[in-house]
Amino acid sequence: MALEKPYLDIPGTTVFDTDQAARGYHLNQFAMSLMRAGNRERFKADEDAYLDEWPMTGEQKQAVRDRDYNRMIELGGNIYFVAKVGATDGLNYVQIVSSMTENDAEAHAEMMIGGGRSPDGNRYLHEWEDKG
Amino acid sequence: MARITASVYTSHVPAIGVAMDLGKTQEPYYAPLFAGYGPARAWMAANTPDVVVLVFNDHANAFSLEMVPTFALGMSARYEPADEGWGARPVPPVVGHPALSAHLAHSVIREDFDLTLVNDMPVDHGCTVPLSIMFGQPDAWPCAVIPLVVNVVQYPVPSGRRCLELGKAVRRAVESYDEDLDVQVWGTGGMSHQLQGPRAGLINREWDNEFLDRMISDPEGQAAVEHVEYVREAGSEGIELVMWLVARGAMADLAGGGAPTEVHRLYHVPASNTAVGQLILEDAPR
Repeated sequence: MALEKPYLDIPGTTVFDTDQAARGYHLNQFAMSLMRAGNRERFKADEDAYLDEWPMTGEQKQAVRDRDYNRMIELGGNIYFVAKVGATDGLNYVQIVSSMTENDAEAHAEMMIGGGRSPDGNRYLHEWEDKG
Repeated sequence: MARITASVYTSHVPAIGVAMDLGKTQEPYYAPLFAGYGPARAWMAANTPDVVVLVFNDHANAFSLEMVPTFALGMSARYEPADEGWGARPVPPVVGHPALSAHLAHSVIREDFDLTLVNDMPVDHGCTVPLSIMFGQPDAWPCAVIPLVVNVVQYPVPSGRRCLELGKAVRRAVESYDEDLDVQVWGTGGMSHQLQGPRAGLINREWDNEFLDRMISDPEGQAAVEHVEYVREAGSEGIELVMWLVARGAMADLAGGGAPTEVHRLYHVPASNTAVGQLILEDAPR
C-alpha cells in the first residue's frame, strides 16, 4: 500500500520526505560538503570538476550549474542543503529564496515587509490551477 | 533537587544572529524587533537558569543525510558553533552539562523515548541564535546548555503529540536529578515561513497568533494538530513549531500542577523570510 501523502495537495511546495531524500541523496551530500571553506574554494575554482566527484545525475549537476533552486528541490534537494551553494556564491537567504518565486530579491523583501505572502488562495493545488 | 522554572519559546531566524554579529540591530529594519526583545532580555537577566535544555532542529550542519536522528540529545561538555557555509558565527562555544545530560538520557530512554545520544557535534543557528536573542553578546554564555535536536527537516518528523509527551518526560527527569539546579526548557523555531518553491514567503499572522494562544491555554489540543496543517497554513518550514510543544510539555500544569504565568509575548513580521514569535511562561509556584 502506498504511503499517504496529504501534503502533495499544497501548491508551490515540495515536502522533503524519504522519497525525495532518496532521489537527492548525493545532491544534498555534495551541497553539504560546501560547509568546509577548502571545499568552497575548490568548487569555485572548477565547478565541473568538483561536481564530477559526486555520483549525481546529469540533471542534478545542470540544476546546480544553473543555480535553479526549484529544479534542485524537484530533483531531491532540500533547501537547507542546497542553500550552501548559495552561501558559496555569497548570497543570503532572501536572495536564494526569492529566486524560486515570481519576485526578484528586492520585490521579495518588500513583500515580506508588507506582511509576506498571504495564505489565502495558496492552500490547495486547485486554487492555483483555477487561476490558470 | 533540580527544578523546571520556566519555558521560553523563540524563533531562531539566522538573519537575527547576523544582524547582531554585524552590529545592525539599530537599523530601521531591525530596531523594532530588538526593542521587542528588550523585556525578554530583562526578564532573563533576572531569571538566568543554571541549565537550559535547548530544543531546536539542525539545518544540515551537524547531521548530513548519512544519519537522520528523530530526537538527538547532546552529551558533551562543549559544542562549537558550526560553519554553515558563510563561516562560523562569532559567538562563544556552548558549554554543556554532561552529568545532567546523562541523567536525562537514563530517565527519558527508560520512559521509551529512543533518543540518539550525541557525544560530538557542532551547533548551528538553531541553537546559537536563541542564545543571542536571550543573552545578547557576552564573552561566555551565562549558563550551561543541553542541546535536544529534533528532526523537522526530513519527513516523517515526530508528531506534535510525541513532542509534548517528550517534554513531560524531560520534566520528570529534571525533577529526579539530585543536584540543586534551576532548569529552563526552550522550544525554538518558526513561526510561519516557507523557504522553498514558488509559494516561498508565506506568512500567516492569524494562524501564528492562534498558535501562541493555544500554546498558553490549550497545548494538548495543539498537540493533536497534524503536520499537514502546519505546512499548509504556516509554510513548509513552519513545521518547526512542533518543537515548541517539547518545552510546553515540561510545564507543571501538564503534570497535575498549576497553570504557568505568561510574562512575555511578542509577534513581529518579518525577519528575513520569517514571522518572529517569542513567549515566556513561568512555571506555577510549587
